[in-house]
Amino acid sequence: MHTFLTRGNALLTFTLSVLAGLTFFCFLSTGLNAYSATATIDTVKVLVKNVPDYSAQKEKQDLGYLMFDLQANLNPLFNWNAKQLFVFLTAEYESPDNKLNQVVLWDKIIQRGENANLDMKNMNTNYYFWDDGNGLRGNPNVTLTLSWNVIPNAGMLSIVRGSGSHTFSFPNEYTNVRAQ
Amino acid sequence: MLGSMLEEFQRMNKRQFFYQVLSFGMIVSSALMIWKGLMVVTGSESPIVVVLSGSMEPAFHRGDLLFLTNPADEPIRVGEIVVFKIEGRDIPIVHRVLKVHERENGTSKFLTKGDNNRVDDRGLYAPGQLWLTPRDVVGRAKGFLPYVGMVTIMMNEYPKLKYAVLACLGLYVLIHRE
Repeated sequence: MHTFLTRGNALLTFTLSVLAGLTFFCFLSTGLNAYSATATIDTVKVLVKNVPDYSAQKEKQDLGYLMFDLQANLNPLFNWNAKQLFVFLTAEYESPDNKLNQVVLWDKIIQRGENANLDMKNMNTNYYFWDDGNGLRGNPNVTLTLSWNVIPNAGMLSIVRGSGSHTFSFPNEYTNVRAQ
Repeated sequence: MLGSMLEEFQRMNKRQFFYQVLSFGMIVSSALMIWKGLMVVTGSESPIVVVLSGSMEPAFHRGDLLFLTNPADEPIRVGEIVVFKIEGRDIPIVHRVLKVHERENGTSKFLTKGDNNRVDDRGLYAPGQLWLTPRDVVGRAKGFLPYVGMVTIMMNEYPKLKYAVLACLGLYVLIHRE
């Protein structure tokens, strides 16, 4: 009556349903979490150059250059269903060509167990700050914000923008020498 | 065991046989309805995708499952993980948006990069293509479930396994009596 196959089948079905139930509970328990935190951002040095972007079109485009300070304690964001944080610094501005530009300047992967209390001084950006044209020189209103994408063990992939931003303006003259 | 199942199959009369065929058809068509219904609700032409490469590690590994939505009225922003198609490539790519430029008239273009790649995706795009547009996007990752997609990867890599599983399921549904 209870053959090896029926026992194996029952065991497999039970294991799978327990796993599915636990996974669903994991998702439910953190589904309403806001994952909010505060970031303090500051720029140390801001330059703008007008050079050709050889990785894209050959015309000269505005290339921003900046160094930044960043403080944000993201340790409280980790819970039992947070596997990894993808933290990124975004520059957002308006230009004559585009009503909205968003450029990621820096990012960092923080996995569970790593120190998520960020305190950085005089950081260089990871990516070039190319504008889509010539909209950076003298731009009075460039906003830096820190956001993070919470990657769960199982569940929603939420993207949260931290409270706290820094607004700066680019100089009115291009820098001709290479940035030091 | 198989012998007894076949015996049972022979004992069925015509009416029962057609009933089983019909219920098999019901299963197939309801699966299709669920899939098409999900497409309507999420706005994505492929609401569930399996991660096939390691370019988004350590967030997504090969065999993880992603749930996609693609609301037309919600613009694409940096940091979002999008699934997009490139002309001349069969397999859609899952990468993160790095830059967005949006014009006054609402048209936008954006650039992507894999978390685990050192450079952005311009080398992966079609020759001469510098930007993606919302038309290239299949969906945006909103939910994540690990490992489950490994089943489909195994089935695609070993087609014999796929046919064996399908044959077993089909036989079971046809022969099984409530």
